[in-house]
Amino acid sequence: MRHLKATTFLIAAALAAPALAQQEGGRLDIVVQPEPPGLMLGLVQNGPTQLVSGDIYEGLLRYNTDLEPQPGLAESWEISEDGLTYTFKLHDGVTWHDGEPFTSADVVFSADVFLRETHARLRSSLAYVDSIEAPDDRTVVFNLKEPFGPFINAFEVGTMPIVPKHIYEGTDYATNEMNATPIGTGPFKFDEWVKGSHIHLVKNEDYYIDGLPHLDEIFYRVIPDAAARAVAFETGEVDVLPGGSVENWDVPRLTEMDGVCSTGKGWEFFAPHAWMWLNNREGPTADQKFRQAIMYALDREFVKDVVWNGFGTVATGPISSKTNFYSDDVTIYDHNPEKAKALLEEMGYDGEPVRVLPLPYGETWQRWAEAVRQNLSEVGINVEIDSTDVAGWNEKTSQWDYDMAFTYLYQYGDPALGVSRNYVASQISKGSPWNNVEGYENPELDEKWEAAATMVKPEDREAAYAEIQKEIVDDVPVAWLLELEFPTIYRCEVKNLVTTAIGVNDGPRDAWIEE
Amino acid sequence: MWKRFFSNIGALIGVAILVTVIAVALLAPVIYPQGPWQMVQRPFLPPFTVDGLPLGTDTLGRDVAAQLAYGARVSLLVGLVSTIVALLIGVPLGAAAGFYGNMVDEGAMRFTEFFQTIPNFALAIVLVAIFQPSLASITLAIAIVSWPPVARLVRAEVMSVRKREFVDAARVAGLTPRRILIAQVLPNTVSPIIVMASLMVATAILLESSLSFLGLGDPNAMSWGYMIGAARTVIRSAWWLSFIPGVAIVVTVLALNLIGEGLNDALNPHLARKARA
Repeated sequence: MRHLKATTFLIAAALAAPALAQQEGGRLDIVVQPEPPGLMLGLVQNGPTQLVSGDIYEGLLRYNTDLEPQPGLAESWEISEDGLTYTFKLHDGVTWHDGEPFTSADVVFSADVFLRETHARLRSSLAYVDSIEAPDDRTVVFNLKEPFGPFINAFEVGTMPIVPKHIYEGTDYATNEMNATPIGTGPFKFDEWVKGSHIHLVKNEDYYIDGLPHLDEIFYRVIPDAAARAVAFETGEVDVLPGGSVENWDVPRLTEMDGVCSTGKGWEFFAPHAWMWLNNREGPTADQKFRQAIMYALDREFVKDVVWNGFGTVATGPISSKTNFYSDDVTIYDHNPEKAKALLEEMGYDGEPVRVLPLPYGETWQRWAEAVRQNLSEVGINVEIDSTDVAGWNEKTSQWDYDMAFTYLYQYGDPALGVSRNYVASQISKGSPWNNVEGYENPELDEKWEAAATMVKPEDREAAYAEIQKEIVDDVPVAWLLELEFPTIYRCEVKNLVTTAIGVNDGPRDAWIEE
Repeated sequence: MWKRFFSNIGALIGVAILVTVIAVALLAPVIYPQGPWQMVQRPFLPPFTVDGLPLGTDTLGRDVAAQLAYGARVSLLVGLVSTIVALLIGVPLGAAAGFYGNMVDEGAMRFTEFFQTIPNFALAIVLVAIFQPSLASITLAIAIVSWPPVARLVRAEVMSVRKREFVDAARVAGLTPRRILIAQVLPNTVSPIIVMASLMVATAILLESSLSFLGLGDPNAMSWGYMIGAARTVIRSAWWLSFIPGVAIVVTVLALNLIGEGLNDALNPHLARKARA
């Protein structure tokens, strides 16, 4: 593939860039919220675990903020013309934190043995893989059964973390006592974890890229209360507030402080996409006109500006503009109460009340639900807000006991990995709040989703997904709201922190502090 | 009695405040026909900065004055209804216990103690959480946690009244015990019940606010507790959003307490005079 071979030039370009006066040393204090359940990234993939362990473990590839693959443990890679063979050339001189050499055998073990057993999300991609081979110590070859375009996005550290074969082979992974002191190849080594207080990582002096990392040590600080986290940042106790660690309302106050910078970048790989499930099975929401009326009734710009303090982008459809194969050639639903009323009139809406289930994730989501209720009541829709806790929300959405329910999900860079699951009929099954919860059935589109996933050429996929988006947006299976943005707030002395599509998760490798 | 009540300045102030609050509550739909949830202006406007929005706007740009007016409806409604329900439970139970004595008394009082030993607020939280937050469940929960003192009070009053001569006279006259309790004894216990009820309304308003503050309020009803709870996260940048409804709660509860005290003095002249002596 042409655009992938171009990476060689990218590396060259990166090396040629004039080196800034980067300063060595220093300590970074980053908030981690909540405290991770474990640090063995192959076993646990919670957000907080990815944040901390993204410095300890590495994937074969990294991704820049445009989701283009960059060298990670693999220094170069090639995909065959037919899209069936992925060949990775590994970096030379890589060692594990305990001094053992890293080889292609570790990669084969990780992908083929360890993660197949422990990593549900990767497993569905690995279903396309026929075999994984290691012709020599520095080469790994993935042979696919059929072309699967999104596979190139599967080598991110949280998706396919490379774990040490010499520690895990033949053991019970979940109970291996080395899980408490994780060994990776990353730029930082695990030093100490004081439960309820902090996790301490120190510089990997033997890191295989000369001059990296710049920092001496990182403290991931556990501070359970949102207000206390904001105070810790204000007093200088912590340097970085990763996205979502303080209430939205606190963001402007903190970013207006002197010497404080913020960025919305670093979430492109996840591209959190918020929408409301609309129950396509029963009630007024089963009517397409009603669902379109909802889209016209909502003032999503207002919510973006007021509830989210201007962070985020109004969503145009199922695929986030940050995800590959996004197309904006779709019907645009602006805030148009008159049109909404006309649609309601046309369908003969009789005032039957609809329930809205907010996400029980704090004040922001509660306010959002109130704004939605107000918007809908202004066009004459009768809305009641249900209140519930996290368990109740999971129960109600996964058992389809709702009319409209807020949610947001990650997209993982490719529609086939993080989008189609919410719209194809094969994903309709009770018990999960992450599949086709709304009950949308469109056999024609199902075929198109499937075909688009296995096309070889990116251009073909692009065209296929554009067609899908155009059609599905008119059906409004769910009410798309916002592409969420969780700003990372940090002290301006910290440079180069967010440079990749997963942001702070693997950013500290390149970060440095200006004295 | 009314003369005594109205000669009490504190009670008069209380009545004046309460009448105002009731008037605002009743007139809310007239003054703010668009309801308390409408986003009308920029969020976080401080009070007295924009014409027509005397108390500013909240986190979503909703009119705080409108919220306050509609919140008064919920607070007063919940306070009043839950007190009536609590009286309906507590008065018959306490009266029966005090009048019939023996096993009835034992049974009723152990039952009352059962409720008294559970911390009020904790029980209210549990009840609301179980029944799903709504105005009805909140009112019921408050009633359920606040009737035991009523039962205790009524029992004590009935016990003292039933030993009086006129009760003996009624018995000699051939009235049934039930008629004696309802027609002769209970009317003589009304004054302390009224005093207590006025204070219970105040407590109920506080309870409702605390529940709403914790996010256990009816999500479809604007209330003062909700306003404070929602503004809690912005207390450092927009303190007035929690301060204004807080003042409303304090003033209303104070008014009810003043009225209760005034009633107490008016209805128990003996006590009052002794207290002042």
